[in-house]
Amino acid sequence: MSDETVNTRMNMIQAINSAMDVMMERDPDVIVMGEDVGFFGGVFRATAGLQKKYGKTRVFDTPITECGIIGVAVGMGAYGLRPVPEIQFADYIYPALDQLVSEAARLRYRSGGEFTAPLTVRSPFGGGIFGGQTHSQSPEGIFTHVSGVKTVIPSTPYDAKGLLIAAIEDNDPVIFFEPKRIYNGPFDGRYDKPARNWSAHPAGEVPEGYYRIPLGKANIVREGEALTVLCYGTMVHVVEATIEGLGIDAEIVDLRTLVPLDIETIEASVKKTGRCLIVHEATRTSGFGAELSALVQERCFYHLEAPIERVTGFDTPYPHSLEWAYFPGPVRITEALKKILKD
Amino acid sequence: MAQNEGRRNLRSLELHVPEPKFRPGDSVDYSDLVIPPAGSAPRPDIDARPDSFHELAYSLVRVLDEKGNAVGPWAPRLAPDLLREMLRNMALTRAFDERMFRAQRQGKTSFYMKCTGEEAVAVAAAYALDRDDMCFPAYRQQGLLISRGWSLVDMMNQIYSNKGDRLKGKQLPIMYSVKDAGFFSISGNLTTQYPQAVGWAMASAAKGDTRIAATWCGEGSTAEGDFHSACTFASVYRAPVILNVVNNQWAISSFSGFAGAESTTFAARAVGYGIAGLRVDGNDILAVYAATEWAAERARTNQGPTLIEHFTYRAEGHSTSDDPSQYRSADESSEWPLGDPIARLKQHLVALGEWDEERHAAMDLELAETVKAAAKESEKNGILGHGLNNHPFESMFEDVFEEMPWHLREQCAQMLEEQKAAGL
Repeated sequence: MSDETVNTRMNMIQAINSAMDVMMERDPDVIVMGEDVGFFGGVFRATAGLQKKYGKTRVFDTPITECGIIGVAVGMGAYGLRPVPEIQFADYIYPALDQLVSEAARLRYRSGGEFTAPLTVRSPFGGGIFGGQTHSQSPEGIFTHVSGVKTVIPSTPYDAKGLLIAAIEDNDPVIFFEPKRIYNGPFDGRYDKPARNWSAHPAGEVPEGYYRIPLGKANIVREGEALTVLCYGTMVHVVEATIEGLGIDAEIVDLRTLVPLDIETIEASVKKTGRCLIVHEATRTSGFGAELSALVQERCFYHLEAPIERVTGFDTPYPHSLEWAYFPGPVRITEALKKILKD
Repeated sequence: MAQNEGRRNLRSLELHVPEPKFRPGDSVDYSDLVIPPAGSAPRPDIDARPDSFHELAYSLVRVLDEKGNAVGPWAPRLAPDLLREMLRNMALTRAFDERMFRAQRQGKTSFYMKCTGEEAVAVAAAYALDRDDMCFPAYRQQGLLISRGWSLVDMMNQIYSNKGDRLKGKQLPIMYSVKDAGFFSISGNLTTQYPQAVGWAMASAAKGDTRIAATWCGEGSTAEGDFHSACTFASVYRAPVILNVVNNQWAISSFSGFAGAESTTFAARAVGYGIAGLRVDGNDILAVYAATEWAAERARTNQGPTLIEHFTYRAEGHSTSDDPSQYRSADESSEWPLGDPIARLKQHLVALGEWDEERHAAMDLELAETVKAAAKESEKNGILGHGLNNHPFESMFEDVFEEMPWHLREQCAQMLEEQKAAGL
């Protein structure tokens, strides 16, 4: 096995691929399945080379039925395997909702712990790639509302690998949403500027071997005093670039796991700064930002010096041509920052 | 109508909404139901091609004839001792159902579901499968647990959600989970177990194991997407699985026509998927046994899945919450042309000279006593009552995750404080 101290430059796809590779090597019960994941290696190449290395009974293509993919994975989990099914786009996950919500998430509870569903459902999510309304959605709030399932969203190659390994090792079902806009490089929200890749980013340096980032631990990306920004996935980079551009001393908290949430880090940060901005790409009403906002006011009300602000996607389907008006980019984040910091 | 202006020469379209033949008060006439004679269906080779099952998918595998003789190529030639054991387990299942139905009516629990008239489907399967083959049942296969010798008291504990309930009062009565008996946790959502059974079978094959899986759903829920996803997966990977459709004619108040039975059989669903399909007299335990044994052998030799339609009749209500007299003719059950599975096996054993009325009556009495004693034993662990006395309040928060996260700990603490403040 490769040495964990040897680091390599990886983009997020390579880091995710490496996590599955490491886990398949360590645990013969880990299997990978999904549409186009086998010989071809996935439409985003996340499973490239795995079938060749581990064989067709551990890495295989599936029929195009998300309900079937997750249902079959639940049964494999009951047998004793540790399936890592891929749903090709998060927008396609809805046919699998019953199997995720009523089955995978409830199996431990309803069987008194006799049966469990140790699945890790990987799925690219989020917009910013001109994917239109069926290749751009951020449905994480649907899953954070469901008891019995964990929801994880990485923002860098380093985090993606460590979190994915922890998710695969977890004995509960995990929804692992991969922000596809930053698969190849961090994105500052300036869609008219040339794309960057991960080669210059510190978190693009990834150990080759096994390491894990525990689920439920947020990452303070930048310490600061002026306000707290709660975000995850692509938005971490958009927020970081925006506040740096404005020269604001913000504390940026990358949640990394939405359920279970790292409430301690959030609470400590908001109590310190007294102001809170929440940024996510998902639609606004009943989005995860609403939960964050409620938690912050419940716990930090007497420390708050300004109303909590949310910058989110609008409550519309993801528009194709107007993507950059919908996307919570630097313009919208800047306006929210001005509002929070005006007094 | 305005949209028909200028198209007056075309015939109006008509929407067909299925309607069952008999409603409450109607006399029942099953004369147009095609029931082939016992023994007439051919028994294909274990490795027959999936595309050679057209005839069987529209026919009916029957072994027991009207006189109680076992006839034809499917007759399994079981020893009388085994036949008596199967008879006993069907009768025990019925006695268990009677007792638990009454317990619900007495307010001892919230809900119950009988399988009256369908006992052969589960009991035969338990004998045709190996003990360690994995079952993914729907909610009317309690006969599997009973035939695998599982504790009646343990089942009742679950029904009462009492202190002895291994599921800790978390699941609706009869939604058993018995890993030690190869019995997967029952879901209240329909046919979700179908792709799960296929997945279990695929895992077994991928690991080079020798165990197979079997699953059951009702004819009504073959309309669910899960059913079709499962059939596709089972066919694509030639999964070692037996897909059972228990066609008991009624899905609560919706007759089988709402799942497509006016136009085809449920066994015929197999044809389109390239799966071996058998249609079996579900009230003939020898036919169910023979078909299941055949399908198990086929699965075990890597020949792939089999879909078996069990043609039977739900003799009672869907559940304790249902009143079938509101939507179907009361005569349907008594007039059912394929009879009652217990009566038919009894007739067969009597015809063989291996059973008689006296022994049958004695057995029924003994089984009634058995379930009564089990119920008394279980009730020592409590009954559902108002639900608050059998399990500690905080257990509500356990088993959501392997480890309880902070938000559940916090909600638990808040609940306990509120209960305390209210003096509970």
